[in-house]
Amino acid sequence: MSVLRPAATMVVGFTLIVGLAVPAILTQLAGAVMPRQAGGSLVERDGRVVGSALIGQNFTGERYFHPRPSATSAPDPQDSSKAVDAPYNAAASAASQRGPTSQVLLDAVKERVAEAGPVPVPGDAITASGSGLDPDISPENAARQVARVARARGLPEERVRAIVAENTTAPALGFLGAPRVNVLGLNLALDTAR
Amino acid sequence: MTLLGWAQIASVLALVLAAAVPLGRYIAAVAGGRVAWLRPVEVLLYRVAGIDPARGQDWKGYALAMLAANAAGFVLLFAILRLQGVLPLNPQGLSGMSSWLAFNTAVSFVTNTNWQAYSGEVAASYLSQMAGLAVQNFLSASTGIALALAVSRAFARGGVRELGNFWADFTRVTLYVLLPLAVVLGLAFVALGIPQTFSGYVTATTLEGAEQTIPLGPAAFQIAIKHLGTNGGGFFGVNSVHPLEGPNAIATALQIWAQAVIPFALCLTFGRIVGDIRQGRALLAVMVGFVVLATAAIYAAEAAGNPLLTALGVDPAMGNMEGKDIRFGLPLVALFTATTTGASCGAVNAMLDSFTPLGGLVPMFLIQLGEVLPGGVGSGLYGILVFALIAVFVAGLMVGRTPEYLGKKVQAREIKLAMLAVLILPTVILGFTAVSVVLPTAASSIQDAGPHGLSEMLYAYTSAAGNNGSAFGGLTSDTPWLNTTLGIAMLLGRFAYAVPVMAIAGSLAAKAKAPDSAGTFPTHGPLFAGLLAGVILILGGLQFLPALSLGPIAEHFTMLAGKTF
Repeated sequence: MSVLRPAATMVVGFTLIVGLAVPAILTQLAGAVMPRQAGGSLVERDGRVVGSALIGQNFTGERYFHPRPSATSAPDPQDSSKAVDAPYNAAASAASQRGPTSQVLLDAVKERVAEAGPVPVPGDAITASGSGLDPDISPENAARQVARVARARGLPEERVRAIVAENTTAPALGFLGAPRVNVLGLNLALDTAR
Repeated sequence: MTLLGWAQIASVLALVLAAAVPLGRYIAAVAGGRVAWLRPVEVLLYRVAGIDPARGQDWKGYALAMLAANAAGFVLLFAILRLQGVLPLNPQGLSGMSSWLAFNTAVSFVTNTNWQAYSGEVAASYLSQMAGLAVQNFLSASTGIALALAVSRAFARGGVRELGNFWADFTRVTLYVLLPLAVVLGLAFVALGIPQTFSGYVTATTLEGAEQTIPLGPAAFQIAIKHLGTNGGGFFGVNSVHPLEGPNAIATALQIWAQAVIPFALCLTFGRIVGDIRQGRALLAVMVGFVVLATAAIYAAEAAGNPLLTALGVDPAMGNMEGKDIRFGLPLVALFTATTTGASCGAVNAMLDSFTPLGGLVPMFLIQLGEVLPGGVGSGLYGILVFALIAVFVAGLMVGRTPEYLGKKVQAREIKLAMLAVLILPTVILGFTAVSVVLPTAASSIQDAGPHGLSEMLYAYTSAAGNNGSAFGGLTSDTPWLNTTLGIAMLLGRFAYAVPVMAIAGSLAAKAKAPDSAGTFPTHGPLFAGLLAGVILILGGLQFLPALSLGPIAEHFTMLAGKTF
């Protein structure tokens, strides 16, 4: 039939053009001009990759600022057909996907509020992020953790507060997006602070 | 809601409209064959394909060519997804998709839906993403734009049979419109932090000594076309919420721009093709009006927060943050959500399943209104033209005149076909949802109890039939039942809509184009825009009201009453 040849030609031809040639050239170009961004904005310390500046990671120790709750999971090492909680598992991004009237959500929030100290608690501190990998916390959330981190590190609160301020990003162009504190950047700065 | 929030929304929308004007003019030039800076590539494709781009096709020939191109795309993509385990560019060693999942995914990307029953970083190799899924992101978008150009030509002149050449439109739109925009946007995305590499995933050792696997891939270019083509399928599982897919507020603003600019521009292209730019502006005004209202509704609902959480001691100042990352802020989440569902894109920068009931109702309703506000690239334009025909028909009934649109008499045949197209959506959405909530194998996919569970299922078929692709993600959709029926819903929503529309175009093209007279109902003013908005709301929306009442609206009131499930 007369449409088969053009249909096959177009699909194969465009696969070669927009599916292989152009992205291959673009990948080379991006890697040459912007290797850091093209490679996932990796962060190294002492020559070892400790994470990506864009991806959150889990912190539970007293000495570190803690990220938001994360709903990511991983296969159970005992039984790979089941999943177990694995916060900040970047190999499988996920959200809780719980609806606003879900009892499961409310139970989780209740537990987190109880752990989070005095109420009212900032919204980001007790809700799971959309990616499960949110690299940021709100400045309000960070401020509530200053005293704990300062105590654990034996640093003056003023000093910790200053490091938080240095790692706080204002909205882009002064008005786009929300103010935020990058948790990995902040904790890296703390590790080198004295 | 804050003034600063509205400043964000207004400035992004202003950039979209500012770009839509020249882009609309440019697409009209491409459609007229007046752009030729990749002429050698274009000619080579025509020569191998054995076609003459100057030879016009009637509506049947045009539609048949469109179906053939899409069928070929489906076959190739299905094969790549099944065979990805033995194909190159698979550094993670992922295995081939099951046939259910490959069917669903291939249909999904060919129909410009990009419903994803898989998670990108877990189940799709770099080759599948780049040379499979991303190619269909281009081609399904070109398909939609080509159809819209053909339909536009039906109104341009009188007494013609031919609507253009599908292969020429398809090739030119891909080469001259989508490809250059995607290259520029892709590079901008890399600069903002989206990866573009063939390296495998990186294992990092976190500060607390744990191992973290960081997924990578040739993502930026694919994400550029994913928005420009209103496809919406994420490179990574959680789509544009993923920090590597939506690294910051500028990136999310650019993605909003990209997913809205071509649908808006095509209204102006239409105005140029029919020789009266005011006609395009009237359609554009209706679309923009709905987008602004929807954004306001989502913004208000999400900023108010979840009263059930407030009662537990949560500060409501940040709004409803479950399922949202911090960096974008609520205003850009609201605008993203309104444009992604209004425009049949389906990308998300926050998880809709965790929106407040009313915040989640708005995106679902925008899809149910027919994906015309502004709708997918091309499909939005031909969709709103169907509503425009019905609007002049309604106006004609009121005054007892034979309705006309742009000098073309609208008669029984066109209205029958228009109603056939418009009825596809409610039939497929409500029919499949009704069956799926009573059928145990289907209903077991629902995650949340109570009215929210119905919303999850209703949203899935709404998204599939509307070729949107966003989801209430709690639903477990990778099952044989849902993969198959959602696949069928996508096919019907795309092709059972497009073919009647092409038949309307063929019928209208053949009619004489009557000059304006004193009795002509002007279709470029506020009166027509208001009538069109009313027809979209009543005809598109009313049949979904009972289902929405049992889902999100019921959930809203139970939430206010403090009841949980």
